[in-house]
Amino acid sequence: MNRLKQTSVWPVTGMLMLGAITLATEPARAADGDAAKIARGKYLVTTAACNDCHTPWHVGPAGPEPDMSRMLSGHPQSVVIAQPAKLPPGPWTLAAAPTNTAWSGAWGVSFTANLTPDAETGLGKWTQATFMQAIRTGRHMGRGRQILPPMPFAMYRNFTDEDLGAIYSYLRSIPPIRNRVPEPLPPSAVSVTAAAAEK
Amino acid sequence: MSRFAQYLIAAAALAAGLCAHASPLPMHLRDTGLSDARNLSFSPQYPLWSDGAHKRRWIYLPPGTAIDASRPDAWEFPAGTRLWKEFALSGPVETRFIERLPDGTWRYATYIWNEEGTDATLAPAEGVAALPNRDGYSIPSESDCRACHESAAVPVLGFSALQLSSDRDPLAPHADARSDVDLDALVSRGLVKNLSAGATRPRIEASSPIERAVLGYLHGNCGHCHNDTETRVPVDLTLAESVLGGAASSDHVLRSLLNVRSRFLARVSSRDSQRQMPPLGTRLIDVEALALLERWISEKSSTTEESKP
Repeated sequence: MNRLKQTSVWPVTGMLMLGAITLATEPARAADGDAAKIARGKYLVTTAACNDCHTPWHVGPAGPEPDMSRMLSGHPQSVVIAQPAKLPPGPWTLAAAPTNTAWSGAWGVSFTANLTPDAETGLGKWTQATFMQAIRTGRHMGRGRQILPPMPFAMYRNFTDEDLGAIYSYLRSIPPIRNRVPEPLPPSAVSVTAAAAEK
Repeated sequence: MSRFAQYLIAAAALAAGLCAHASPLPMHLRDTGLSDARNLSFSPQYPLWSDGAHKRRWIYLPPGTAIDASRPDAWEFPAGTRLWKEFALSGPVETRFIERLPDGTWRYATYIWNEEGTDATLAPAEGVAALPNRDGYSIPSESDCRACHESAAVPVLGFSALQLSSDRDPLAPHADARSDVDLDALVSRGLVKNLSAGATRPRIEASSPIERAVLGYLHGNCGHCHNDTETRVPVDLTLAESVLGGAASSDHVLRSLLNVRSRFLARVSSRDSQRQMPPLGTRLIDVEALALLERWISEKSSTTEESKP
């Protein structure tokens, strides 16, 4: 009887220990998974040139470069643009602001979005589904107005769900920056200005 | 039954489920089941504004099935449910079709009618920017369908307790009274089950008939994106009504709307594609509804001002 007790206790103890080890390592594995996912997202964001337009440019020691202190915060609200660019004669179709965050063309003027997780001015309230729908549909928030050039969503919609999930996770991990990007200027403003310029 | 036999049955059921994929969408509308005598026409009391198009709607529920209304604001439709909505100007232009598949997902399609109105064929998934000879009439893409329908708690937007309530709103803009069934009929025929007693004749609670119509219009035209579900658009503006508790509650709508009244009216009265609301499916301002909204906001604003100490 005693022997039976002894032999039956060890497997139970072993299972409990195994369970405890499993429980202890689960969060670590989850953290590792998150870290790997965020790292993958960072790789995709930096190689897919997101910073080229969503991080304001300034003139650094080596010339124009993205100002990484404002990483991915979109068109600076302090840089007010009320009129579209007046294009010079020639085969020109668009113009960009020195920050590389405002683009003027036949669609009007577009401003790059704040991709940081700021709750009021960035993607703080976006779910992963919202983010994926925006890229897939080419619509703001996945449901609203058309996302304007030069955002290459027609190419980015080819990202896999896994890659878009990684990008979203990375964007959630970066510092939030409060910067309210203006709404786009409509094409009518371009037309009015162009018509006025011709007179 | 042995454990092994149970495993075999479970594996077979799983395989059957995996193989129960949907057949491709029919190329012709007539092959979607639209002429089935069991289809029921219905008419939501707060319809979506579609630039004045005349609309007719039908639903098909597989025999022996019923809608589970345990969640009064998010009805559970059985697999095999199909719905159609026809848009007509001088004649039929398009018929939109949604269907619930065996795996629980929904699929969306649009069929374009020929000019003679004798046949309708499947539209491309990317939609059509401007139909020839239709004055620029556009056909939504499949992703546009999902954009609106999948932002709500349930992708079926016009077939709900509030929309089919037998206590219809006489001031609702553009409402069409013709239909086979309303909520009372659906319940009595056993096609809607588990509806709580307090939600059988839902009515939006409001301080005036105009306010009731306004809140209903916002529910039908904006609430599918601006709601409080996890799939909503990430904006702090809730315009969807709820029938939980029996009567639709509107306090939250009033509060959130009055906070943004000027921006709201600017967007509703715009058809600049970058600013307009709704962002999809309309090129013409709903003049009747806009007048109603302006009147209500004006009255509400003056009341609010007067009530300040």
